Amino acid sequence: MTSILHAIVGRIVDAVRDLTPIVLVIAFFQIVVLQQPFPNLGDTLVGLACVLLGLALFIHGLESGLFPLGEAIAQAFTRKSSLVALLCFAFCLGFGTTIAEPALIAIAAKAAEIVALAGHIENDASVRDAYALNLRLVVAVSVGSAVVIGVIRILKGWPIHVMIISGYLIVTALTFCSPPEIIGIAYDSGGVTTSTITVPLLTALGVGLATSIKGRNPMLDGFGLIAFACLAPIIFILAYNMVA
Amino acid sequence: MQFVVDLATAFGSTLRDVAPIILVLVVFQVLVLRQKLPRLKQIVSGFVLVLIGLSLFLVGLNEALFPIGETMAAQLTASNVATTVHEVVWSDYLVVYAFAAAIGFATTIAEPPLIAVALKAESASGGAISAWGLRLAVAVGVAIGVSLGCFRIVTGTPLQWYIIVCYVIVMIQTIFASRAIMPLAYDSGGVTTSTVTVPVVAALGLGLASNIPGRSPLIDGFGLIAFASVFPIMSVLTYSLINSKFERRKNSPPHVGH
Repeated sequence: MTSILHAIVGRIVDAVRDLTPIVLVIAFFQIVVLQQPFPNLGDTLVGLACVLLGLALFIHGLESGLFPLGEAIAQAFTRKSSLVALLCFAFCLGFGTTIAEPALIAIAAKAAEIVALAGHIENDASVRDAYALNLRLVVAVSVGSAVVIGVIRILKGWPIHVMIISGYLIVTALTFCSPPEIIGIAYDSGGVTTSTITVPLLTALGVGLATSIKGRNPMLDGFGLIAFACLAPIIFILAYNMVA
Repeated sequence: MQFVVDLATAFGSTLRDVAPIILVLVVFQVLVLRQKLPRLKQIVSGFVLVLIGLSLFLVGLNEALFPIGETMAAQLTASNVATTVHEVVWSDYLVVYAFAAAIGFATTIAEPPLIAVALKAESASGGAISAWGLRLAVAVGVAIGVSLGCFRIVTGTPLQWYIIVCYVIVMIQTIFASRAIMPLAYDSGGVTTSTVTVPVVAALGLGLASNIPGRSPLIDGFGLIAFASVFPIMSVLTYSLINSKFERRKNSPPHVGH
């Protein structure tokens, strides 16, 4: 117990360092540029204390729980050496984390609104909801497939840059065939689908796989899962919009 | 009392977001792997700490930072409207670009997923990549990206041209970059835009798009996240180029990679 407390105190010191820039930026613009006093200083300080403690606990839990979990699972799959099971797991992880992602729910609703205003679909609540739900499914399937492709890449040791650059070329080609309203949403959706818990878990899984498979280097092969999970939604949304 | 309610609500919604992950993990563990995970107790307690930490973090952000950040974004973007009724001049918004760069940098430094990836990169590379160096490089990328994204909203130029030019630059950099940094660089685009950065940056984009005549918040408000996702790729690739130059100068005879 004392060792945990000791570790968390250390994490709090790190968290103070991590949060200083935000506090400085906000204070500077509030006091020097806008020349306004701080509203509810008391609430703000309590909130800051929560952020500090929360970040410290999160990072500590990450290193003692999430990272070992991702690595243990990667090792268990390599021992079991069932490719199908591993790929199913990769797909479920990508799909499951994305379908419930709050940022995606928000962005899908916005997208439906924009597409309806532009006259591409009927401007009716039920039509919009159906469009938004389909869009979420499309993105979730795309992230699931992206993680599967990323895992296959780790297993085979394919060079990542060829795959990512082909992805960029596909995005560029699709962009030229898409209406301008959807482009902003499609590009943004790539960034929002990867959440705070998915990222550490996917990173640990990738590095764990690359470490436990012979002939793979954790730096060269372990990273890159998130890159695929970011690129795939852009391609799928642009393509979906053309088909729908 | 209100605080306890907020905390409980945040914990509930964090738990709901994480539920699919836990479900997938448990199903595969019970049905497929059927092996005892090592250090199970430590993993479970770590997971619980992650949940509590994330909830506290979110409540604190909602209490302390987001209200101020969002009001500031609105005030900064609104302050110029009176003086420029007829025409929008991009240079009227210098303060906004400065704020965008500063807040983009600051929120990225505090972004939990980026901290996670940076820690992992430091340990996987055996210390060759420093966690701090990586985080600073990514934060600089986000700062430039968000600032340029605001410029784009003010001028109303098409998003795709910027992003496609960025893609071309990334491709050129890829030719010169060392293969070891590439996967990490591509990953860094996705990890920056998360819990802390998205709400503040989205508020900034929304404020700009609704206050500048001729821009629609629905259409022009989007795109900042895209900038914040592609610029870190460039800045991390640049960082590694500079880093390897220094390494080469330090280690003579020239250091040969694998």
